[in-house]
Amino acid sequence: MPDFGFSIQSSQPIDLDKTYRAVYNFVKEKEPSIQRCIYCGACGATCTAANFSQMSLRKVNLLLLRGQIAEVRQLVEHCLLCGKCMLVCPRNVNTRKMILLIHQALKMPLS
Amino acid sequence: MSKIAIIGGGIAGMEAAIRLSALNFEVHLIEKSFILGGHVKNWHMLFPDLSSATQLVEQQKNQLRDSVNILLGIEVIRASYTNNKYTLYFSDGSSNTFDAIILTTGFKLFPAQRKEEYGYSIYSNVITSAELEEYFQTDKPLYTKEHRIAERIAFIHCVGSRDDKVGNRYCSKVCCVTAVKQAMETARRNPGAEIYLFYMDLRMFDRQFEDLYFQAQTQYGIRFIRGRLSEVSEKPDSRLFLKFEDTLLGKPLRLTTDMLVLMVGMEPAENTGQLARLFNVPVGNDKFLLPKNLHQYRNLTNQPGIFLAGCVSGPKTIGETLTDARSAALEVYNYLNRN
Ligand code: SF4
Ligand code: SF4
Ligand code: SF4
Repeated sequence: MPDFGFSIQSSQPIDLDKTYRAVYNFVKEKEPSIQRCIYCGACGATCTAANFSQMSLRKVNLLLLRGQIAEVRQLVEHCLLCGKCMLVCPRNVNTRKMILLIHQALKMPLS
Repeated sequence: MSKIAIIGGGIAGMEAAIRLSALNFEVHLIEKSFILGGHVKNWHMLFPDLSSATQLVEQQKNQLRDSVNILLGIEVIRASYTNNKYTLYFSDGSSNTFDAIILTTGFKLFPAQRKEEYGYSIYSNVITSAELEEYFQTDKPLYTKEHRIAERIAFIHCVGSRDDKVGNRYCSKVCCVTAVKQAMETARRNPGAEIYLFYMDLRMFDRQFEDLYFQAQTQYGIRFIRGRLSEVSEKPDSRLFLKFEDTLLGKPLRLTTDMLVLMVGMEPAENTGQLARLFNVPVGNDKFLLPKNLHQYRNLTNQPGIFLAGCVSGPKTIGETLTDARSAALEVYNYLNRN
């Protein structure tokens, strides 16, 4: 196929009727503070891993709610568990615990 | 004794009447419908403390002294101004002369039919926030028109507000917190229901509003999604199919719900333009009446003896409306004692 220098991306609408919330619910059960997130993005702005990846806990939280687990997996594997995000979060979300629980739910090894 | 006309018998008009009659003025409270209490008498609970709306209106009615002359079912059709006095001509053929007038005609709810793409009065399970509030007067859970318990409900913010397409650029101020309050009440009545709020911005500006939002998230699991509804269609089973963009993720969303609640905003009451012409008071580009300025003269107009209180000069909460009415009463007092 000739290379046109661009590719077509499907718009991939998220169907909330079929949202897979099991991972979100698992985290929420054990760390209810995840529900307080207001998606302000302070965590992503200060994130150490964001210097070399797309990591943003704001995005992780939203993707979890929308059941976009593959993307969650890609993002959280960059986390260093440094805890800077916890220092800046205005809603006191226990961000490190959240990440650990996501690792647990997705059976990801901690690097 | 100075005579004051208060035009509009909602909570602003009643509050001003209570205060001015306590100062021994002769107060005439003129209401075009046959009941006092305006919109508030139809509400269930008030944000943020979930106190009773009926109680507030009843308390005000009890405080209206015998000295307030209450005229129901009457409208002002003409006015003239001579020797610092206004003569008002009423729809029942009578007339009377006053030293000062307070306009307290408030607002009307945005007619949701005008936002046709949201399907109000086309699809049976699309209702307005005002209808939901009245429904809350019963203690029943929320049912669809087909008498199924509603298991998924979406609230749509800014219907008829912040929308050039319907000619209203302003924010109606109270609908964000009303949506949060109503979502929580719905969650109490329909346990286990999935409740979504679709907002453009969440304006939790006043005391305890943010607490309500926090409680909605943590205690009731209300799902807040930033994005504006584009259109609604009905499925064969009369459920509703909604399209949004999740603007925080930048992805299109699709959702089917049992019911849709439209958070209708405020527009100036029907006769606001007529009053503006009658008394020569300017209107803003939002079509609400303009006070002399928006800081220290919020109750004064550019006309002597004509005062404003409540939502006639733009959307306000109940607390703000009552404070505004008391402040207008004091301005009237100062005006009548100016010499
Ligand atoms: S703990 Fe993880 S997500 Fe938080 S700032 Fe550190 S690297 Fe980023
Ligand atoms: S800083 Fe806290 S509230 Fe803000 S997006 Fe991150 S987790 Fe959510
Ligand atoms: S208060 Fe909220 S819902 Fe109402 S118009 Fe303003 S932003 Fe929209």
